[in-house]
Amino acid sequence: MSTLTLAKAINEGLRAAMEEDPKVLIMGEDVGKLGGVFRVTDGLQKDFGESRVIDTPLAESGIIGTAIGLALRGYRPVCEIQFDGFVFPAADQIITQLAKMPLRSLGKLKLPVVVRIPCGGGIGAVEHHSESPEAYFTHTGGLRVVACSNPADAYHMIRQAIRSDDPVIFFEPKRRYWEKAEVDKNATPLPFDRGQIVRPGTDVTVLAYGPMVKTCLEAAAAAAEEGRSVEVVDLRTLSPLDTDLIYESVRRTGRCVVAHEAPVYSGLGAEIAARVTEACFYSLEAPVLRVGGFSTPYPPSRLEDHYLPDLDRVLDAVDRAFAF
Amino acid sequence: MTFDASHGAEAPPELVQLLTPEGERVHHPVYDIDLTAEEVRALYRDLVLVRRVDMEAVALQRQGELGIWASLLGQEAAQIGSGRALTDADMAFPTYREHGVAWCRGVDPVNLLGLFRGVNHGGWDPAEHNFHLYTIVIGSQTLHAVGYAMGIQRDGAEAASIVYFGDGATSQGDVNEAFIWASVFNAPIVFFCQNNQWAISEPLEKQSRIPLYRRASGFGFPGVRVDGNDVFACLAVTRQALKNAREGQGPTLVEAFTYRMGAHTTSDDPTRYRVAGELEAWKLKDPIERVKAYLFKNQLADQDFFDKVDAEATDLGRDVRKRCLEMPDPHPLEMFDHVYAEPHSLLTEEREQYAAYLATFEGGVR
Ligand SMILES: Cc1ncc(C[n+]2csc(CCOP(=O)(O)OP(=O)(O)O)c2C)c(N)n1
Repeated sequence: MSTLTLAKAINEGLRAAMEEDPKVLIMGEDVGKLGGVFRVTDGLQKDFGESRVIDTPLAESGIIGTAIGLALRGYRPVCEIQFDGFVFPAADQIITQLAKMPLRSLGKLKLPVVVRIPCGGGIGAVEHHSESPEAYFTHTGGLRVVACSNPADAYHMIRQAIRSDDPVIFFEPKRRYWEKAEVDKNATPLPFDRGQIVRPGTDVTVLAYGPMVKTCLEAAAAAAEEGRSVEVVDLRTLSPLDTDLIYESVRRTGRCVVAHEAPVYSGLGAEIAARVTEACFYSLEAPVLRVGGFSTPYPPSRLEDHYLPDLDRVLDAVDRAFAF
Repeated sequence: MTFDASHGAEAPPELVQLLTPEGERVHHPVYDIDLTAEEVRALYRDLVLVRRVDMEAVALQRQGELGIWASLLGQEAAQIGSGRALTDADMAFPTYREHGVAWCRGVDPVNLLGLFRGVNHGGWDPAEHNFHLYTIVIGSQTLHAVGYAMGIQRDGAEAASIVYFGDGATSQGDVNEAFIWASVFNAPIVFFCQNNQWAISEPLEKQSRIPLYRRASGFGFPGVRVDGNDVFACLAVTRQALKNAREGQGPTLVEAFTYRMGAHTTSDDPTRYRVAGELEAWKLKDPIERVKAYLFKNQLADQDFFDKVDAEATDLGRDVRKRCLEMPDPHPLEMFDHVYAEPHSLLTEEREQYAAYLATFEGGVR
């Protein structure tokens, strides 16, 4: 057991993957000497050399496009996109090529490319540095999309992502990078396509992922003081969703709230709400409620506390779920 | 042949220079200009004032008043020289570091701070100053500038557009597409690349194996490298490039060969990637000191002038600081303003819901 920050846990996961498989490459802007702007790749270039930890030109489309080529040649590239808002120049390569090439080859081509994206807000950054673009990718067939929320999971999930023969979009909650927790590297990880109940409860299910998991755990703790038992589920995988786990929980509690930082409108919560309604209709005591960002561009940082759902807004949704 | 970006070493020979680091005036067969004493003093004043605004902003960031700041330290001459080459009708498209160009366009420096303080995404009217909003996504604005230039061309206007970007940006697809469009449409545009040698931690060699200005020839238009720490040369070269653009001769790529003296932004730690000697070498090429030396040597200004400019800089710094601290946080509901030009029912609904939610808190604030 060791106590690691989320950033360090991913760093050690990357290191283990590189030691395990010489075909694993790291590529991105500033990932070498600097160790990435969040230091997630710190020290890797020093130990694995410049041909395995590649400082790329400043071109996101180029990063993903060449990663595809490297993957076609048998490598397993792990690409870092510096910030969520800069994945869009690479969106063409991700959506039109990375996601579709395996199918077009009738399964003969495999593209084991991981695209790591520090995501979400809460760090007081300027525009384009705080976005939650997951829905663009979950909307695209051919990609696996996952979001880690804590160091232990992050360590194992990044290794699973790299081992996966599918392209994986790997979201890292940047405002949680510096939070520490125990990491058991020898533990058997959950399967890559499973969610997890991170706090059991009986009255309402709160579904969250990435940066919102911690917020929802705090909300659950606050709700407990008022005698309400909130179950918190960390989705972990966004495509595919672990619907078995979600349905089982909602059928038990009878209420469901989905929380994410991304805008509510056309967000992942909409998909989850529709599915839960279809599958658990007769168990529901209230409609599935959603908490999230607004249909505005991410605001200037002095307003992000209003944009990001916090403990109060999660509790407000929980209250509304009980008001029906 | 491989290209040595020669950090801190002697600049390559093809560099256009009109004023040496020692303050000696040198002449150039193509790009010479005549500047009156008054004009030189005005340039000096600009350089000193923008450096002061920048210093103040760095200090404000350190004190937690700005979330982040991208310093222009070292790049004053490139920005003032090119900025002062513009006419009112020309349109400038900046990145996020063009505080000196903003100064030349009459944008209140406090407005620049708003973005970095997190109270807005850019608080000035681009049309009022012919200075577009700062662009964070690397390279995006180059295409906008070309489109704008195509508009100028269609309107038959006596104007050009100028777009600023860094050495790192030249790797972006958008920038290369901008080169192609500008060339194919013979757009009246100047591409002004400030090669400050670094894209965060990555030196120029990670972006290009040839000098950047030579890229232009592959796209079919001229490229010129200018001493980016020489305000005279930057002014002369940009003025000529803009003139060519306005006269229908199409785009030019100007590479201002300069150096980022500070960190990439206040969140960056350059000690991780760059060697100290480099900084020392570039300090000797300071853009302000050489103009000062020139003014002194040629008795174009006396101590009283320099003292006055310093005093003005102190006042400006104080004023910027004061007004930065006075910049209030926006009201939460302002988040919903200006997202659409016309009413949008989804947003109206979200705004009302959030207003009702805020009202449940004491005094409507949380
Ligand atoms: C599309 C995109 N990718 C990554 C970034 C993150 N980023 C901000 S500045 C920067 C380096 C820019 O270097 P350069 O173009 O040389 O300009 P400089 O900041 O040195 O003036 C990077 C990688 C970004 N803003 N936009």
